[in-house]
Amino acid sequence: MLSHSTGWREVSRAAPVFAALGDETRLALVARLSSEGPLSITRLTAGSAVTRQAITKHLDVLATAGLVSDLRRGRERIWELEPRQMEVARTYLEHVSKRWDEALGRLKKFVED
Amino acid sequence: MGLHKTTDSIEKHIVLRAPRLRVWHALTNTEEFSAWFGIKLEGAFVPGATVHGQITRPGHQIVTIEMAIEQMDPESRMSYRWHPYPFESGVDYSTEPTTLVEFQLEEVAEGTQLTVVESGFDRIPLARRAEALRMNDAGWAEELKNIARHVES
Repeated sequence: MLSHSTGWREVSRAAPVFAALGDETRLALVARLSSEGPLSITRLTAGSAVTRQAITKHLDVLATAGLVSDLRRGRERIWELEPRQMEVARTYLEHVSKRWDEALGRLKKFVED
Repeated sequence: MGLHKTTDSIEKHIVLRAPRLRVWHALTNTEEFSAWFGIKLEGAFVPGATVHGQITRPGHQIVTIEMAIEQMDPESRMSYRWHPYPFESGVDYSTEPTTLVEFQLEEVAEGTQLTVVESGFDRIPLARRAEALRMNDAGWAEELKNIARHVES
């Protein structure tokens, strides 16, 4: 569990291009934008049990995190994935994760000694 | 640990060969927490309290940390909010969202299983996360050496 030899650059290189998101609806949105490319809100909502309003909220959450962006084409909003941003998000998390590994390693030593 | 399935949270599990009460003290006594975490905290961990602390990183300025204690359920569960790793000096975090850290203790045959969940990263502005990585890159190697020294001494 503990590895002190790899920096976040190595972790970053080894990591897949984007992470799956915890929320099922957002995960599905990211997966669709990833496989189908930019999509309108109408396309994203079609065939979904989730309302257009709910989908928009999920997209806004993803946009706030910088994972997707939108552009307005006429009266439609077109959404697309920001792969580089996804990479930053997961690299950051890998980094935080590593710091926890180190802290917990110190805790282990502290309580077991 | 496997790859993270989310960009919003981290979950860690570790088995500690120590009784649950011992682990509980290490997590909830500010002096003990300070010792293993590598921080200098002042005050006591009490639900609703805000505990301040400082980390001095070699070659860096002093970094102030604030922990807002939420839940404390003896020998079982403790949670607090803070501005997540990596801590930096000269950054005003006060207006930024916090992450929630939850410790959960469970008795197992070998001792105590500790689960740590930190969540809420998706609310941290992405620009801040990118900047944190950039700033941390330079200090990374030095930091590793410090940690190695600490755990091996």
